[in-house]
Amino acid sequence: MLSSLLAQAAPWSSPTVDYHALAPELVLAGVVCAVLLLDLFLDESRKWLLGSVAGFGLLLTFLPILTLAVDDGQARSMFGGGYVVDDFSLVVKALFVLAGYVVILLSQQYVDDGDYHRGEYYFLLLSSVLGMVMMASSRDLVAMFVALEFLSIPAYMLAAWRKRDVQSNEAGVKYFLLGVFASAVMLYGMSLLYGEAGTTDLVGIGGYLTANGTSAASVLAIVFVIVGFAFKVSAVPFHSWAPDTYQGAPTPVTAFLSVASKAAGFVALLVLLYVAFPAGKDVWQPFIAVLAAVTMTVGNVVALRQTNIVRMLAYSSISQGGFILMPLAVAGEAKVGEDALTSVVTYMLVYAAMNLGAFAVVIAVARKTRSGEISSYGGLFSYAPALGVLMTVFMASLAGIPPLGGWIAKFTAFKAVLGADTGWGYTLALIGAINSVIAVGYYLNVLREIWMKPVPDGDRTPIRTPSSLGAALGICAAGTILMGVLPGVILRFGDLSSLTGNLVP
Amino acid sequence: MLTNDNWLLSVGVFLPLVGVLALLFVPKADEELQKAIAMIAAVATLVIGVITLTKFDYDQAEKLQFHVDQSWISVIHSRYIIGLDGMSLPLYFLSMIITVLVMIYTWNHVPHPGNPKAFLSLMLILQTGMAGTFVAQDLILFFVFFEVVLLPMYFMIGVWGGENRQYASLKFFLYTMFGSALMLVAFLALYFKTGGQDASNGFEIVRLIAEGSKIPKTTSVWIFAGMFVGFAVKVPMFPFHTWLPDAHTQAPTQGSVILAAILLKLGTYGFVRIAIPILPQAAKEWAPWIGLLAVIGIIYGALGCLAQTDMKRLIAFSSVAHMGFVMLGISTLTPLGVNAAMFGMVAHGLITGMLFFVAGSVKDRYHTLEIARLSGMLKQVPKLGWILGMCAMASLGLPGLAGFWGEFPAILSAYQPAPGLPVETFRTFMVVAAIGTVLAAGYLLWLFQRTAFGEPTAEFAGLGADGDTAHGDHGHGAHAAHDAHGAVAVAEVTETEHGHDSHERIEDVTPYEWAAWLPLLLGIIVLGVYPQLLFKVMDPAVKVALSAFGN
Repeated sequence: MLSSLLAQAAPWSSPTVDYHALAPELVLAGVVCAVLLLDLFLDESRKWLLGSVAGFGLLLTFLPILTLAVDDGQARSMFGGGYVVDDFSLVVKALFVLAGYVVILLSQQYVDDGDYHRGEYYFLLLSSVLGMVMMASSRDLVAMFVALEFLSIPAYMLAAWRKRDVQSNEAGVKYFLLGVFASAVMLYGMSLLYGEAGTTDLVGIGGYLTANGTSAASVLAIVFVIVGFAFKVSAVPFHSWAPDTYQGAPTPVTAFLSVASKAAGFVALLVLLYVAFPAGKDVWQPFIAVLAAVTMTVGNVVALRQTNIVRMLAYSSISQGGFILMPLAVAGEAKVGEDALTSVVTYMLVYAAMNLGAFAVVIAVARKTRSGEISSYGGLFSYAPALGVLMTVFMASLAGIPPLGGWIAKFTAFKAVLGADTGWGYTLALIGAINSVIAVGYYLNVLREIWMKPVPDGDRTPIRTPSSLGAALGICAAGTILMGVLPGVILRFGDLSSLTGNLVP
Repeated sequence: MLTNDNWLLSVGVFLPLVGVLALLFVPKADEELQKAIAMIAAVATLVIGVITLTKFDYDQAEKLQFHVDQSWISVIHSRYIIGLDGMSLPLYFLSMIITVLVMIYTWNHVPHPGNPKAFLSLMLILQTGMAGTFVAQDLILFFVFFEVVLLPMYFMIGVWGGENRQYASLKFFLYTMFGSALMLVAFLALYFKTGGQDASNGFEIVRLIAEGSKIPKTTSVWIFAGMFVGFAVKVPMFPFHTWLPDAHTQAPTQGSVILAAILLKLGTYGFVRIAIPILPQAAKEWAPWIGLLAVIGIIYGALGCLAQTDMKRLIAFSSVAHMGFVMLGISTLTPLGVNAAMFGMVAHGLITGMLFFVAGSVKDRYHTLEIARLSGMLKQVPKLGWILGMCAMASLGLPGLAGFWGEFPAILSAYQPAPGLPVETFRTFMVVAAIGTVLAAGYLLWLFQRTAFGEPTAEFAGLGADGDTAHGDHGHGAHAAHDAHGAVAVAEVTETEHGHDSHERIEDVTPYEWAAWLPLLLGIIVLGVYPQLLFKVMDPAVKVALSAFGN
């Protein structure tokens, strides 16, 4: 029995592994294990080290990403084309790793103060980042699904981290239930795709759909898969988990969910749309156009009414997600395909910097006011001018006011949809333009509190910002301003040929 | 290019930001140092401006000088292109002067609730935005600078303004934002319709001027409409003007001066620099309508002035009327009209800026701007009174002062608009605009008469600079109004605002005020006596901008 099994296995040879290409994942996996082990052996009094180790580990992960980026620029394809390291994946990997690093900076003081289980916290956070890094390279339905679960499951737990807090429990449960439901829908779509095309390889599926056209089953499959990721990026009407989860989860986790986790969803969508579904553009373009329009409008209108800053940022994040989706609604048109890809990548990078920055300010201010109400920001500028100015920068950037990062993100999105020269494109641009003016309303509301309102309780003691938070604020502010003034540095990313060109079988 | 000093413009535009950086490191308590640093930055910028003036080749004023063309955002084909010609030079330089003068004025007039560090930083950022808008030769660069002024002005009105400041600042922001959203869409449409995707300098104004006339007429009319709204909100033209009286009334003196002197010109400048040269066909279609809105603005602004009881609000409405004259000049599409408009922009900057300074000082002394409560300024504060008189005369267009050369040629130009425009319509506009000048004389002289002539009102009697110190409780009413406005507690209340009690004497013009005002007053007289100084710089550039209209 055993011998026959062995005989069967004999022809199997291990796939060639390009260790340089996998170095980021391997380093990160090593750091994940190191954090878990260190947690076992460290004294309670020295557990603060874990945060530093995790942060340092992420920076270490960044190194191989850099060496790969300055390397020959050829895509490195492994495991039968199921796992590809190309320029596109490197950019988004860098985004995930840096965003993860900033989130760890945000978490350090928060986790220390809150007396949470530190080791597990950083372990889960790093695991989720590892899942995202894998997502960036996945070019196979199975790999994609594994990466998605890998990044989601730790996030479910992190959302419920404040376990004695009812809201945090609600956050975790809601996120978990809806997330699992979305996964199931997506998995159903994927199985239909596999049944139809006979392969899980995205390039193969793309080739099959191009050759055979779309059948009823594949249309259903495309819609199901997109719906699955629409949950992930909290697009309306699949957003209902987001506000409650964002509000209940620990604030650094919220920052993580609203930036990194959302970006992972967009990365997967990008890969699917550009690599697997180009033939189905008549199906998904209108679908995404409607999703984008509804998402930005609903997010905006509801955000206008929020009085809690985190909830406001949650709806703002939904609305910004609509703007990121907007160019994808014309991504199938040949002449703007690349513009749309550049726009989405640019938007994700800018959005990460400005939104993480806004959450950093929220965390810093909450340390003093112990409140999440927007009214608690009254007079912030008078007693904490630095935080006031930084929040002004982040809010103005989110509103899309030049010369801060947000404007170039919005600009590229509008340029892509207008360049498509289609009815859908013009309609979307109009809806987007109206929405970007509406959005100014709630961002300005925060600024009005900061600059023009009196301090609510008259307590004008300055806010002491821990150095880790200060570093996070510095990184985000520098990124937000730099990307706005010299957008050329990031607009180079999102080269379409690097995403699809290398993959044509 | 024409000169070797191409660095001048970039330095002139971004030097104020260096001042902002330096200000960041000054402790909040050291207000004298903050003022000194801001002043140094502003004066250094002005020095760069003066050097630019001397290096400018006046014989080739129609060409872009100090031209810089660097790669900026290559993916969207937008480049860092800046340059200066005879049209932008006066406004560029004016923005620098105004900033320095406003700084001088701020030295002992920091508005409530203090915090000069933030106030001066915003002013310097504003200066960068204004100067940058006047030199940008790439639409995206122009747009970015155009928007840079938005937030600082919002905060200036919203934090340091009067009782209704939050409403006014929000209104200002939303109107402008709405306009610039449409403007940006128009810019993008221009880019796509002229094949900008295939040119490395897709947004360069010079390229768009060459390509823009090839856009089909109906499309170009729509694109012009987008730009029209963006610029018209800024000007502001009737019916987009409603933010202006609120913003002006609520803004601190410094904000009002900058707003009137420079920010409004960004809109008119946009018409002359961008909208009209790039889309001449559409400009012709739109010209009669622009002219119509302009004369409505003239009459509406004048009637609005007659109805005002607040001095600052009156000056704000007079801005609507004056910008109406500017827009009327532009709408004729003739060199005479556009020259008049450009002159009117500078003149209005000097005169209305000065009027807002006077209004600010009146408010400082009397704690009210209600015309009914003011009287006899000529007796009590004769110098201030006469300055108000002179500015009123200049504003109503008295020959020999700057205002005349903006108004009179604009009206004259409407007699013979560019070929292809309906002559009768424009002649009607001319008559209506002429009636507007009569109304202007009416409201300005009436203002002067009510506030400056006669005896001081009872509540302020005896507090004047004429030496008679009377002690009484008359000042209390004014003080109560002042307290209501101080509801927000941000930083310390400054000396000037604070130390006012009912016994305080009302002083005449102080040395700081003289220092801030004299250059403006001199400018009003010099330009009034010798307008050629400005016309000869602008005319060649204006002719080039209007070359598409065959006149």
